Amino acid sequence: MLNTALVIAFALVSLAFLLNFWRLLKGPDAPDRILALDTLYVNTIALVVIFGIHRGNAIYFEAALLIAMMGFVSTVALCKYLLRGDIIE
Amino acid sequence: MIDILLSVLILTGAALTFIGSLGLARLRDFYSRLHGPTKATTLGVGCLLIASAVFFSLRDEGVSLHEVLVTLFLFITAPVSAHLLGKAALHLKLKSLAPMPAQDDAPSDPA
Amino acid sequence: MRRILPHPLLTLTLVILWLLLVNQVSVGHLVLGALLGWLIPFATTRFWPESTRIRHPLTLLHYLWVLMVGIVHGSFHVARLILQGPDHLRPAFVEVPLALSTDLAISLLANTISLTPGTVSVQLSTDKRTLTVHVLDTDDADAVVAEIKQHYEVPLMKIFEQDVGSC
Repeated sequence: MLNTALVIAFALVSLAFLLNFWRLLKGPDAPDRILALDTLYVNTIALVVIFGIHRGNAIYFEAALLIAMMGFVSTVALCKYLLRGDIIE
Repeated sequence: MIDILLSVLILTGAALTFIGSLGLARLRDFYSRLHGPTKATTLGVGCLLIASAVFFSLRDEGVSLHEVLVTLFLFITAPVSAHLLGKAALHLKLKSLAPMPAQDDAPSDPA
Repeated sequence: MRRILPHPLLTLTLVILWLLLVNQVSVGHLVLGALLGWLIPFATTRFWPESTRIRHPLTLLHYLWVLMVGIVHGSFHVARLILQGPDHLRPAFVEVPLALSTDLAISLLANTISLTPGTVSVQLSTDKRTLTVHVLDTDDADAVVAEIKQHYEVPLMKIFEQDVGSC
């Protein structure tokens, strides 16, 4: 039961990855690509969490936490770059 | 019983994550695309994290709440990134299906 | 008291966060968390120029509940709109005039707007008086503004700046 749900979830999140990659390649503008990257980060968290449940190993949580923080910081830095042309003022 | 609850949470989470990305790929202008990942994906990953918390709490004979941290973190940061992206898009004057709002040429720095 | 413990709420939050992070409750971690929660506010004191006071804890709890319902409702609402396809959408930009004046309350309102059904805040005007909001699907912009003001701005006003007076 749980295993079937996990396999379906893997499939759905992988499809989500493909859609994100498509948007990342297609653009058409820089904010679109940044949004695609941000969504990729969040989807990676989803994938890591599903994988953690699948393996029954709680250590994957640490990876999810790190990805969440790095993803947010990079998105903010990229947006700042678009807004101002530099990051550290 | 718990298995059913976990499966429902995991499937809902994965489906919402997928729909968020579908919105990112499918909608027509940047400002509409902003909605999918901000809301659907965030709640989707939130569902998955709650499922993970329930799973490990039951398995390891002790409450495992640290998934709540990632959930909270995501719910706090998602609107901030969305706001910044929207502001950057307005700044670059990306075209929109809706009439554009008045431009604010000296961007202030909230949130 | 204020000199020894400059931000009691921040200290409490940090202790709880630390306990969540190590994922266990023991005396040792409680002491370590308390120590961190006591020291970190001193290091970050310049980031907190104004001290915040929560005036109505019950209103805050109710607000958090409303927010949670809004998040769940909003996500499914957006999911339904996406599945229906882009042809039915009527996106619009809406200007919300703000009655709030403190930075914290404004950022909370902006974040709330982004998490609730069909709206994302995209820009705050330089004078902090209007918030531009993008609505995914609407035919009545005034109704959206009225709902935001009634559901989210009024409680925030009550919690954070009731006796600040007019603004």
